[in-house]
Amino acid sequence: MARTVNRITRFNISALALGLAFLYLPIVILVIYSFNASRLVTVWGGWSLRWYTEFFNDRAMLEAAWMSLRVAAASATIATLLGTLAAVALSRGDRFKGRTLFSGMLYAPLVMPEIITGLSLLLLFVALNAERGFWTVTIAHTTLTMCFVAVVVQSRLTSLDRSLEEAAMDLGCNPVQAFLSVTLPLIMPAIAAGWMLAFILSLDDVVIATFTTGPGSATLPIRIYSEVRLGVKPEINAICTLFIALIAVVIVAASFVSKLTRTRGESAAPL
Amino acid sequence: MSARRIFTGPARLAAIAPYLWMVLFFLVPFGFVLKISLSQTAIAQPPYLPVFDPTQGFEAIKAAFAALSLDNFKLLVSDHLYVLSYLRSLVVAVVSTSILLLIGYPIAYGMARLPQRWQSVAMMLVIVPFWTSFLIRIYAWINILQHDGLLNQILLALHLVSAPVVWLSTDSAMYIGLVYSYLPFMILPLYATLAKMDPSLLEAANDLGASPLRAFWLLTFPLSLPGVGAGVLLCFIPIVGEFVIPDLLAGSHSLMIGQILWLEFFTNKDWPVASAAAVALLILLVPPLLLYDRLQRRQLEGAR
Repeated sequence: MARTVNRITRFNISALALGLAFLYLPIVILVIYSFNASRLVTVWGGWSLRWYTEFFNDRAMLEAAWMSLRVAAASATIATLLGTLAAVALSRGDRFKGRTLFSGMLYAPLVMPEIITGLSLLLLFVALNAERGFWTVTIAHTTLTMCFVAVVVQSRLTSLDRSLEEAAMDLGCNPVQAFLSVTLPLIMPAIAAGWMLAFILSLDDVVIATFTTGPGSATLPIRIYSEVRLGVKPEINAICTLFIALIAVVIVAASFVSKLTRTRGESAAPL
Repeated sequence: MSARRIFTGPARLAAIAPYLWMVLFFLVPFGFVLKISLSQTAIAQPPYLPVFDPTQGFEAIKAAFAALSLDNFKLLVSDHLYVLSYLRSLVVAVVSTSILLLIGYPIAYGMARLPQRWQSVAMMLVIVPFWTSFLIRIYAWINILQHDGLLNQILLALHLVSAPVVWLSTDSAMYIGLVYSYLPFMILPLYATLAKMDPSLLEAANDLGASPLRAFWLLTFPLSLPGVGAGVLLCFIPIVGEFVIPDLLAGSHSLMIGQILWLEFFTNKDWPVASAAAVALLILLVPPLLLYDRLQRRQLEGAR
């Protein structure tokens, strides 16, 4: 019997190792080639920071990066606020009128093809005659990412012991006080994880941003995308590496702030 | 009990702001898509007719309603290009979801059988690529798959091929990109159900004389079906409407419906036909979306 268990383990380990190699190798290769001195992406010409200098001298790229960071910070903040409120309503509001529609509207964008969300929002902005740029992209990203925040926070709230809130209220807190002094501190890690997820999703989006942005305010992914369509350029490798480094910092921060992994395992979506 | 009831009141009030937001920016826009899908293309700004103008009174609105037509949908069903793209989207989604399940299941299974301490590490390792930009991950594959890229260099060095293989602009490149991008979406729900399984069930099966393979088919797999369902839906629905991955990695000889929509909208500036394509895509996705909604509800609200 011990032998069969061992054999299964070896199979498990190799499946896992191969899977992880598949997930990570392309990114590792991309990062290594961003330090390549040669203009030809496929020929190794020694280590160099040349493409990073190129990026920091590329005004258009820098402006796009700045735009992306601003949109991501603004939309993640609004999304965290709205998403947390939605999660509280869904997990503590019991049954209320329109609840099914509400949760449906919150779960659908998680899987809805971005192209539909982008097109429909653009048509709304055109109909409202809104000037397209920073705010329209921010609103669009908020709409998408608040759903992710809601799911992350909701799964934390559902697993939370409700008797804690009830105890606080038995001890004389009103509902708002009970929420602020008992519930909020307990769900803070999930809220922080939600903000970071929203930030990264916004930073990553091409399709919705392309639909909802206006002339002269391209985000970084839009610029990267139009460059990538023309082929591989070493400068793009450098930008992508910086992007990955930024995200790595956010993730490390996140894993310090929260037990992110536990929150995720309980939800159907890999949030 | 009473404390709980007092708490639900303010909790319901919390729904107001996100509710209004989602109605305005998620639900109402679909109304516009539907309306414009029934309009005529026009060389104007915005490029469609009729345009509702509430200031012109009720008669004008009635006339505008009369001008709506199903022409764009007739075009979608009569033109081969659209019908083929519809079918292709379905085929691509089915094929790539199947590959994802075949690859994702063993990985999730391996994770769930790790010692407890290592499980969260493995989970982190699977999640991290999901957090890095998917555009970057697709770009990484373009690096590898291009004419003189790493893959061809390796194949040539090993004398497996005599001339560089064309990978980019092929369906295989697209499938690699899709599987690569969506793998975490498949693994995590599978892992979540597999990790919850009681190991004593397998021990019991073993004691009763079932071979590991039999135990897997009779026990593990049926018990993991909710995870399979979640993983399949999480991959299938977005892949049907995928745009960026086929655009960057597949050839332009046959397009998916997301690419058609993009082309009609940005290149041909035909907003009504693009909207009609969006409506058609949405109709296709309603059944899996409803299934997914039920699953999510059970997952997140099942406690009550």
